[in-house]
Amino acid sequence: MEQGPGTVSGGGFISLSENEQRCYSDLYTLCQADSSGKLAASKVGELFRASQLPADTLHQVTELCGAKRLGYFGTGQFYVALKLLAAAQSGFPVRLESIKSEMPLPRFVGMKNDAEVLRYPNHSQNTESQGYQLGKPPMTVARPSLDRDALKRTESLGDKQETRSPPPSPLRSPPNSPSSSSNQDRPLSYSYGKEWSSTEQLTGGETRHPAASEMSSYESKHLSRPLLQQEVSSPSNYGSKSSLTHSSVTRALSVERSAEEGSADYHDDPWRITEEQRDYYTMQFKSLQPDLNSLISGSVAKNFFTKSKLSIPELSHIWELSDVDCDGALTLLEFSAAFHLIVARKNGYSLPEKLPQTLQPGFLQRDAVSPKTKRDGTFLGSYSELVPSNQQQKEPAYSEWEVISELPRTPEPLIVFEDDSRTAPQETNTVESIQLPLSDKSTPKQEPRIDNSMSAFSPKRNPAFKDTSAEHTPLENTPAAKTDPPPELEHQVKSRTRQRSYSSTSIDDAMKKVEEPPAPPPRPQKTHSRASSLDLNKIFQQSSQGFKGGWLPPPAIPPRPLAAQILHFVSSTETTSAQKSVQKINFADFSKFSEEEENAAKNDAQGQLGKAAGSSEESSPLKDILPAQRPQKPSRRKCRPESQNLDSQETTLPLPPPSSSAPGTKPHLPVQKQSSRQKRAIQTAIRKNKEANAVLARLNSELQQQLKDAHLDRIALETQLEQLRPVSYL
Amino acid sequence: NYPLYIRSIPTENELKFHYTVHTSLDVVEEKISAVGKALVDQRELYLGLLYPTEDYKVYGYVTNSKVKFVIVVDSSNTALRDNEIRSMFRKLHNSYTDVMCNPFYNPGDPIQSKAFDNMVSAMMVQVC
Repeated sequence: MEQGPGTVSGGGFISLSENEQRCYSDLYTLCQADSSGKLAASKVGELFRASQLPADTLHQVTELCGAKRLGYFGTGQFYVALKLLAAAQSGFPVRLESIKSEMPLPRFVGMKNDAEVLRYPNHSQNTESQGYQLGKPPMTVARPSLDRDALKRTESLGDKQETRSPPPSPLRSPPNSPSSSSNQDRPLSYSYGKEWSSTEQLTGGETRHPAASEMSSYESKHLSRPLLQQEVSSPSNYGSKSSLTHSSVTRALSVERSAEEGSADYHDDPWRITEEQRDYYTMQFKSLQPDLNSLISGSVAKNFFTKSKLSIPELSHIWELSDVDCDGALTLLEFSAAFHLIVARKNGYSLPEKLPQTLQPGFLQRDAVSPKTKRDGTFLGSYSELVPSNQQQKEPAYSEWEVISELPRTPEPLIVFEDDSRTAPQETNTVESIQLPLSDKSTPKQEPRIDNSMSAFSPKRNPAFKDTSAEHTPLENTPAAKTDPPPELEHQVKSRTRQRSYSSTSIDDAMKKVEEPPAPPPRPQKTHSRASSLDLNKIFQQSSQGFKGGWLPPPAIPPRPLAAQILHFVSSTETTSAQKSVQKINFADFSKFSEEEENAAKNDAQGQLGKAAGSSEESSPLKDILPAQRPQKPSRRKCRPESQNLDSQETTLPLPPPSSSAPGTKPHLPVQKQSSRQKRAIQTAIRKNKEANAVLARLNSELQQQLKDAHLDRIALETQLEQLRPVSYL
Repeated sequence: NYPLYIRSIPTENELKFHYTVHTSLDVVEEKISAVGKALVDQRELYLGLLYPTEDYKVYGYVTNSKVKFVIVVDSSNTALRDNEIRSMFRKLHNSYTDVMCNPFYNPGDPIQSKAFDNMVSAMMVQVC
């Protein structure tokens, strides 16, 4: 096909090999491109799902290829997406750079595509690492443009050896930045370095061997071969050890074995426990039961796992799977298996019917011994004898946990525990739970933080999470007011983090949040009920960030008389010289109000505050405070702080006890105080009215629904009547 | 006295089986109260012909915790010997204890364990 569609908007030129082009064009037609070049989103989605990648990866792919930006899949985006899918399936990070190199064809299960080898790719752990790296896809590699056609085939086995030397790649520095947790830095950066260096060397190697003739001989196995070669050449997101072991093993094996065997090892990955996971589980076990050799009783384990907010039947099922000796207690291995199952379930994996082989205690026992020895070894050749196939599976999954630590930076919502735990305690927990996951972060942010905390794996619930996150935002923002004691919570959070030093931050956070008891519910009410205007100030300023849509329009009627009163007072005090001070104050407060003033002035010019409208603009700010709240919700929030400022300033003035009447004779200050008090009363009234409004609105909608149903019934009955009538006439 | 678990194979006229099981509970209770000693004995509630029209055998089994297992088999399947029934009850009991071991299982809840289901299905398939 043409090279044009292969162009990536990110500024690179992605060329497609002929095989790829053929496949992609097939897929393209499969996805029913319409005349404008856009692909049917449904078909594309189907194709992506058939690739058996987790939804998170698919989202990343979609984003990367630009479809999200454009809103549809054009040819270019489609091709890029296909390449990214192929990259993801072969274990590459879903990044633009990764598809610059040669890719095997993406594999789609269930799609009628003869060109693809329908296999069972389930490189879930790759996606996590991809998600991690997706957070910042910088063009760190100034890669020479390669002869793509040659790349795929000519990555002969001989080229791979030189890639293993650990060259200090200058390209590592940008990839290093996202790594947050200290544990991850080294292996990750190293892996990156290895990746780029290896690919570079490979590409150098391929240019040396541009012979396409060799390729033709491998045509039949090209799909499998590139997979291996890719695995070998680009041990991208994996820990360095894994890459090496990978390459060495695959190198040794690729000649004899088919790719299926190599890829088959990945298939169990969701159920394999990585080193980091194992350590995490072990630490959790220790927290529950200090002696590693003894058992965790059933009730203890139950309490612990219940915190994961999975449903009881699921937990029950997990228990049954993991408690193989059926003694009602969990050994460390059983506990690890159970924990792993829970984690997997949280990520969207459905529970298996029986314990996966990699989670069985015998297997785990075996694995528990060997990886530790692996860890200390050096890279290049030392592993080749050590590495059984399962080990290299451990390491790839290692990246999953590296990703976890990285993902807090990315905006990709990927949380595990927090997803569910946010739904449940959302109403009660609020800020604490929100802030907890980000224990590593010092600054409590609101939503971006929550998104950041959504690290961990690549759950299929990513879309689900997006929905829930939309729901959460209004909830979050009502509790956003509870950021009042953010320092205090931070402190709590930090203290909690200090208690546990896990490498995987997100899981830590998740667990911590999971274990956090529900925060006292009255907190939001406290802040709201507090009459202190300063608190309200803070609240509104904070809540105004994201909470625009949550406020109901305040009832128009109640504030008006009050406003009228206030304005009456204000207008009456216009003549007083003190009014000027108010004016000044008002101006000072409402200097940013000018636009709202104009808007509000337009709205209320004809209001019943006519007499005040005629007054000078000094009264307009005051007037605008209240009525402006009605017409413009966003401005209201500014109005409120302003009114609060006004109140606060008023309250700071020495105020004799105000009387609610006799405006003119009183000095300006009691009027101000009274107005401030009235404003406060207004605000509380507004709040109550808003709640009442919400209730009434709901009632209204229900009644309307009933009305519609009644209408439908009526229509049905009438038609029946019509039908019966002629009959009766006969 | 409510059922924790009911499965019937192959004929799905479950209601009849439910009814039978329920009525047989009375007989089991009677036997429990009668035998003052070792209640853990596997009891057989061999009814033979319960009604002239329906011929099926109901076997009962009670555990230490008064959990009753009732098996209803078609009398036409006379190949079932006592030992087989006992072994079935033993398997049921074991599976039940496994279910009980699960800390997430609250006694009195309907049994939702898949392992339990699988075991029961396997047993029934073997019988029928």
